[in-house]
Amino acid sequence: MVEVNLWSGLRSLADGHETVDVDAKTVGEVLSGLIRAYPALEDPIEAGVSVAVDGRIIASALDEPVNPDSEVFLMQRLKGG
Amino acid sequence: MPNDTQKISVKTTDFKVVGTTPDRPDGIDKVTGRAKFGADAYAPGMLHAAIYRSPHAHAKIVKIDMSRAGALKGVKAVVTRADFATGLAGENWNILENIMASDTALYDGHAICAVAATSALIARDAIKLIDVEYEMLPHVTDVDKSMASDAPVIRAGTADKSVPAGLGENVVRYHESGHGDIDAGFAAADLVIEDTFKTEATHQGYIEPHACLATLDTDGKGEVWCCTQGHFNVQKVCAALVGTETSQIRVTASEIGGGFGGKTVVFIEPVALALSRKANRPVKLVMSRSEVFRASGPTASASMDIKIGMMKDGRMTAASAVYRMQGGAFPGAPMEFTSMCGFAPYNLENVHQIGFDVMTNRPKQAAYRAPGSPMAAFAVESVVDELCNELGLDPIEVRLMNASHEGTKASYGPTFQRIGLVQTLEAAKAHPHFTAPLAENTGRGISCGFWFNHGGETSVTMALSEDGTVALSVGTPDIGGSRASMGQMAAEELGIPYEDVRVTIADTATLGYNEISHGSRVTYASGLATIEAARDTLKKLCKRAAAKWGIDEDAVAWVDGCAVPSGANAGDFDPLPIGKITRSMGRTGGPIVGHYEATPEGAGVSFATHIVDAQVDPETGKTAITRYTVVQDAGKAIHPTYVEGQFQGGAAQGIGWALNEEYIYGTDGRLQNTIFLDYRIPVASDLPMIDTVIVEVPNPGHPYGVRGVGETSICPPLAAVANAVSGAVGVRMTQLPMTPPHILSELGKKARAKKGGANG
Repeated sequence: MVEVNLWSGLRSLADGHETVDVDAKTVGEVLSGLIRAYPALEDPIEAGVSVAVDGRIIASALDEPVNPDSEVFLMQRLKGG
Repeated sequence: MPNDTQKISVKTTDFKVVGTTPDRPDGIDKVTGRAKFGADAYAPGMLHAAIYRSPHAHAKIVKIDMSRAGALKGVKAVVTRADFATGLAGENWNILENIMASDTALYDGHAICAVAATSALIARDAIKLIDVEYEMLPHVTDVDKSMASDAPVIRAGTADKSVPAGLGENVVRYHESGHGDIDAGFAAADLVIEDTFKTEATHQGYIEPHACLATLDTDGKGEVWCCTQGHFNVQKVCAALVGTETSQIRVTASEIGGGFGGKTVVFIEPVALALSRKANRPVKLVMSRSEVFRASGPTASASMDIKIGMMKDGRMTAASAVYRMQGGAFPGAPMEFTSMCGFAPYNLENVHQIGFDVMTNRPKQAAYRAPGSPMAAFAVESVVDELCNELGLDPIEVRLMNASHEGTKASYGPTFQRIGLVQTLEAAKAHPHFTAPLAENTGRGISCGFWFNHGGETSVTMALSEDGTVALSVGTPDIGGSRASMGQMAAEELGIPYEDVRVTIADTATLGYNEISHGSRVTYASGLATIEAARDTLKKLCKRAAAKWGIDEDAVAWVDGCAVPSGANAGDFDPLPIGKITRSMGRTGGPIVGHYEATPEGAGVSFATHIVDAQVDPETGKTAITRYTVVQDAGKAIHPTYVEGQFQGGAAQGIGWALNEEYIYGTDGRLQNTIFLDYRIPVASDLPMIDTVIVEVPNPGHPYGVRGVGETSICPPLAAVANAVSGAVGVRMTQLPMTPPHILSELGKKARAKKGGANG
């Protein structure tokens, strides 16, 4: 299982949880696992998120690997100028 | 690819081409006027378009009568919202609603309808003949007023699920993040300072207005020439908005006269396409400067509360922030980035930040170099400066004591990988500017700044010619000299002269999808893709050499532009230069083309520290920036001159934002300053030579350690200038811009308070 940290604004959509454990080996599985656990997270995830895995901010690639001991944070998708 | 990125081997020394400063390939064309920008395209039978825009800040569109305009001699087509696709949702709906209103004008300048005519003059005359009947609605343009419960509602039901109950209808998105116990942290502090800050909306101020030439046939095939930071995005958006397939629209990016984030957005291309489809002729559409100000995308404006606790020795104990960001009549104000960036320079055990995305009757905000971060830095770094002043501490030592470094838990959550903030602070501390004596009425300001970097979809092709020279095609518009840096990276890998590589920004029919040139991503992502495409090319070259020599492919290496036998059993052959392999490639397997398509995910974040001296004339309130030094981590400077240019450009724009630039709205909700005479950006005579120090702490996610440099440079200036001006006048400046009247007003308040204190 991978522990996923949600930003505070998402916690109301995940029964108030700060972290959610999901069974995942990739970033894509992290996201689908979150939606399975808390369907209300689908809208913000579909609206665009980045996933920080051990400090690397993954903006798009769903096939990025995730390990059980990885530090995983959900973040809003980056846009720049 | 992603796994490759994680295991990437970073080369930081022994470069031959990288780190040098060759001439940019577009330089001569640009200084001689030959370069073709958005408005420089012509086509046989071309029409000229003009857009009718709302004169009102908020009004129901009751009726549009274009009969008089349509009857004018020379007018060939008119379009309204009815001429665009229906059934759109999400961001495509927002874009269409922004570029062609449906039933309500949401801001002064909102497009209502458009015409195409045989000349630009006739098109503009036709606009004057359009009759629109409005029903006026109440408006709001200030962020704090828009959050009030009795504020006019821009569009009910827009808020997403993140917004807590009980907030006004105009609060449409919400962010909250942080960690630790801020109450305990503030309780432990020797000094806690809390202050409120405001910044006004500013414009990117690109010199070239938006312009395009578009053709759309009735069979759905179209061509677009336009100035943009992302022609693949233009293709995708245009296809959706005019209702055709993406691949049927081919978009070519012109040279670009500045963008800075403002040209990541689509404003006029779908309108030109819709007019072309109706008129069955090419249509050219060029915005006026006034239209650019009223109806493109300025920054968000901000209202911010910052609270920081500090021990007497300078250690921060806690920090909290509330950022209220005004984003115009659509969702999207970058409050999440403001929230994430503000405290990122600091290693904080207790930190909390909240962001609100607030709609008003203003144009839809757009990105401007590190969107949202400069405002946060202004507020946070001002409070850090106040704390240093109150406690009598050195501003760089305090920042060093609290600086984020590799392994720090960032204020927004994740753990930082290798970063270079400490190195920028050390370099600033060692710079002679920091200890130089100050003139009368002059203050010195320090600020740090932070911005993310981005990867994104990237596709590059490298085709070899028979003479051994190289045609490199990239899909990211060159907004800062990237063709030169791509050419350098290709030459470095291939071991050939820089001059042997021609770099082209390919159109959308030539390459796979390339994300917009934004997020400081081009030198990182297109650079990485160029290096990988070159390595793919080298494999193919080595294979040809192996076949010629009759040895195994693995027994061939590439050294200094030549294939050479490698290993004990490879045999003894003379080095085979690239030109000798390519000369016969048609007879040894066909053309040699390397390519790379991926979404690089190893972008590294970046920090900067700025030092600025500002002299304020106490009689007039005018500020002169007398000295400025930018210190920034570039990871690896591929072309140091262009890196310096990015540093200097960010500082110059930040100085304008701090001192002069602002959107001024009247009580009628109309923009009052729609030309450069009334909206003053800094010119060369306003600025000192901006000194630069390039720090190189390699990004582990790029083969040469590159970090993007285009945006971070605008993060510190607002705060650095405000800290310098505050020091010069002895008053904390909490509102931007610090215009002469604003400074005189603050000086007047100070004098009155002093007089009152003396009398009392």
